[in-house]
Amino acid sequence: MTAADVLLLALGAVAVGSGVLVVATKHLVRAGLYLVVCLGAVAGIYLVLTAELVAWVQVLIYVGAVVVLLLFAVMLTRAPIGASDDLDRPGWPAALIGGGTGLGLAALLVDAYRWSSVELPAAGTAGRIGDQIFRSWVLPFEVLSVLLLAALVGAIILSRPDIGRPPADRAADSGRSGVPAGRTGAAPTAGDGRSR
Amino acid sequence: MRPVIPYVTAALLFGLGVYGVLRRRNAVLVLMAVELMLNAVNLVLVTADTTVRSELPHGGQVFALFVIVLAAAEVGVGLAIVLQLYRLRASVAVDEVPLTEPPATLAPAGAGTIEENR
Amino acid sequence: MSTPVLLGALLPVVPLVAGLVGLLLPPAPRRTETGEAPARRFAIALGVAGAAASLVLALALLATLDGLADASWTWVDLGGLTVTLGVRLDGTVALVGVAVAAVALAVQVYSTGYLKRGPHDDVDVDHRYPPYAAQVSLFTAAMLLVVVSDDLILLLVGWEVMGLCSYLLIAHDRRLPEAPAAAMKAFLVTRVGDVGFLLGIALLGVSAGSFRIADVLGHEHSTATLTAACLLLLAGVAGKSAQFPLHTWLPDAMAGPTPISALIHAATMVAAGVYVVARLFPLFAQAPVALAVLGVMASVTLLLGAFAATAQDDLKRVLAWSTVSQIGYMTGALAVGAPQAALFHLLTHAAFKALLFLAAGAVIHAVGTTLMSRMGGLRHTMPVTFWCTVVGLGALAGLPPLSGFFSKDGVLYAAEQAALNGAGHTAAWVGWLVWLAGLLGVAVTAWYATRLLLRTFLGESRTPLVEPHDPPAVMRWPVLLLAVPAALLGLAGFAGAFAARLRPVPPATREQPSDLLPPEPLVHLSAAVLLPLALLVLGAGLAWARWRRDRAGDPAATLGPLRPLFARAFRLDDVQHALVVRPATALAAATRTADEVVVDGAVTGSGRAALGLGGGLAALHRATLPRAAAGVLAGALLIGLAAALIGGVA
Repeated sequence: MTAADVLLLALGAVAVGSGVLVVATKHLVRAGLYLVVCLGAVAGIYLVLTAELVAWVQVLIYVGAVVVLLLFAVMLTRAPIGASDDLDRPGWPAALIGGGTGLGLAALLVDAYRWSSVELPAAGTAGRIGDQIFRSWVLPFEVLSVLLLAALVGAIILSRPDIGRPPADRAADSGRSGVPAGRTGAAPTAGDGRSR
Repeated sequence: MRPVIPYVTAALLFGLGVYGVLRRRNAVLVLMAVELMLNAVNLVLVTADTTVRSELPHGGQVFALFVIVLAAAEVGVGLAIVLQLYRLRASVAVDEVPLTEPPATLAPAGAGTIEENR
Repeated sequence: MSTPVLLGALLPVVPLVAGLVGLLLPPAPRRTETGEAPARRFAIALGVAGAAASLVLALALLATLDGLADASWTWVDLGGLTVTLGVRLDGTVALVGVAVAAVALAVQVYSTGYLKRGPHDDVDVDHRYPPYAAQVSLFTAAMLLVVVSDDLILLLVGWEVMGLCSYLLIAHDRRLPEAPAAAMKAFLVTRVGDVGFLLGIALLGVSAGSFRIADVLGHEHSTATLTAACLLLLAGVAGKSAQFPLHTWLPDAMAGPTPISALIHAATMVAAGVYVVARLFPLFAQAPVALAVLGVMASVTLLLGAFAATAQDDLKRVLAWSTVSQIGYMTGALAVGAPQAALFHLLTHAAFKALLFLAAGAVIHAVGTTLMSRMGGLRHTMPVTFWCTVVGLGALAGLPPLSGFFSKDGVLYAAEQAALNGAGHTAAWVGWLVWLAGLLGVAVTAWYATRLLLRTFLGESRTPLVEPHDPPAVMRWPVLLLAVPAALLGLAGFAGAFAARLRPVPPATREQPSDLLPPEPLVHLSAAVLLPLALLVLGAGLAWARWRRDRAGDPAATLGPLRPLFARAFRLDDVQHALVVRPATALAAATRTADEVVVDGAVTGSGRAALGLGGGLAALHRATLPRAAAGVLAGALLIGLAAALIGGVA
């Protein structure tokens, strides 16, 4: 048991514990906050595993951006501040499948590595990782940039319901503000949502 | 360093994610559980970078970065969908999402043609 | 190709073409005024021209033909069995051809006047004249094909076309409610016999390896094959020639127009059976069992028809039953081994029965009914028809010197020879049976012929309202011209050339049948003639005496309690109804029910089952998002578990 192992155990316990709370808590906002703790603990594990760049990216993007986005979503969907009773569905199939998956994978990995020990490789600094990305993984990197662009455009289109409708509808819509006539079912509630 | 520790942590996180996806009704909470699963995978990738010696060093960490980017994109689109759903239904419960078509219109239509043919 | 062969080949082709062209004509529109539609005029011209051309061809054939002439071309080669298109011509063919063509011509001419708006028809009946004339032409063509054919398959074609045409023509008058049923009955009953006919032909053809009649006749068939084939052929003959027990269609066929009755009874349909047996007689001569069956059938038919004719009130039905009886004479002659006597009677019968039917048509045309109880006293108003009917009935009853006397005497002589001297090919008891039945039939025939004459033409008129009159010229002349052969054809039996033409040609059958056939001439005038004559006088006298006592009454009243039985032809229709029709309809109903319940049920049931199953599966597929996710993840877990376990074991 080296110091790294102790750190790993501690951070792993924090990560798993806060993960349990993420999926078990009755408070929506608290689930987001527990997720911050969990992701932070995972970032710590990355640091211990000498993956510096990944760890900081984790903190920046996950903790900084993704979780904030999730919390925004919680707010925008008018989540109640207190505990909610209708968050969960009947639990036993989820417990069976989730427990089976987690424990099964754990058993496989324990069986594969036992209590063996490995030497840590050279640290994954920004220089080394950047070197790899722009030498060996350029094409996936560029494809990912296109994917990000597509996701950006998709998110914008999804969140703006007045895009992609027939021009006549749009004209009618702009003429009589907020009460589109052409769309059945979907549009009026969308208008409601926007007016709110 | 004992790689079994981060590996088991990753496995348990993944199990928790699966449990959360299946258990939660709130779409935002489902997305959080998906984030847990993605993190578990990232953890496996980064740990594998230490245990597996490959020709290209740090391949696992590069992949973890890619997955983070993917997760960011997924969350962006996913939350857009969730918000749109909330606008339409005033609810983000995943088991109240209507399926492609109401089932009542399909079966009677097929039965109706059979009845007419007789 | 020699001239006779060409003539013989053209004989059925000419009316066939006329008929097929006629079928293309549009039905003439209903017309109430006297003007005739062009289509009808063209149909008349076509039908009469076709029949006249056939008659000319047949007469030319009769004049040019000496001995046997045949020619054939291979039509279809069916792996060992060859079907040929061929004609086989001898004197019999020419004579029967002349008879058929003459009757057809008379019928075509007569129909133009008969199927017209009559004085007592309140509905125009002639608007379907073009198809009618065309069907008559086709009917004639089919019969001529049977007559000249050298191939059994070709013969069968003509045979079946005749059945079809009879169906169409009997059902021509749609105003009569019973006409379609009668047509259906005629078709079905003859079909029953035709099955046997087809099987018999197949048996003969396979046995001989060829369907040519010459080959079939020349081949040495085994006895069993021959007997079976002849019995099967007899079934078809019984159907077409209205022999017991398949005779029931013929009286009902009176629902057709009267000229059609003349055509069916005199020249075409019923004559075909007798003709075919005569044509194939060398085969029957070697099958005594078949001849015995034929003899029994003939005797039963002869008496059945004669007795049934005594009690009918319908003029046409009397004649129909008399046809059944007279065909019994022909088949009886065949049964005792005298085909030329049968053919002689066939020819004379064709003449006098056509005459009788056309005259009866004139009466019906004038009076507007077919019931004899509403006729009477027509002698003064319709003298031409009266005298023609007298000639016809005299020939029917066998009154010398009219034609029927000689031909019927020939039949009786042959039967007598078979009975007393064992001549012919059959056992003596068959000869006795035919002879006694024939003698009794003479008396009964004379009785009902006299009754018909007395009831229709003598006595007081029973429908004083109508003004009967002789038919117009277009109907009178066929009747008058047919009276000539009806009266005089018997005398032709004295002519050697005539008799020689009716005798089978020797080379066709090698030495056997021609030697065994009675070598006597057709006409036998001996003391034996006195016996049928005495019976004739007896029968006619009884009817006359009864009529003298009560001029208004029906001589059939003397039959007493037997009268309804005779009127319904020994209730054989009821027997047939009970034995055949009802089980058949019950079977049909059962089949229909089975089809609707079982087959349709299986079809619709499988459809519904598929629909329900599909709906169920679709419902399973339409899972909500969490359920779908649970399913996917559980499946992934199971697959992973299986992979781990199996991989671990390996």
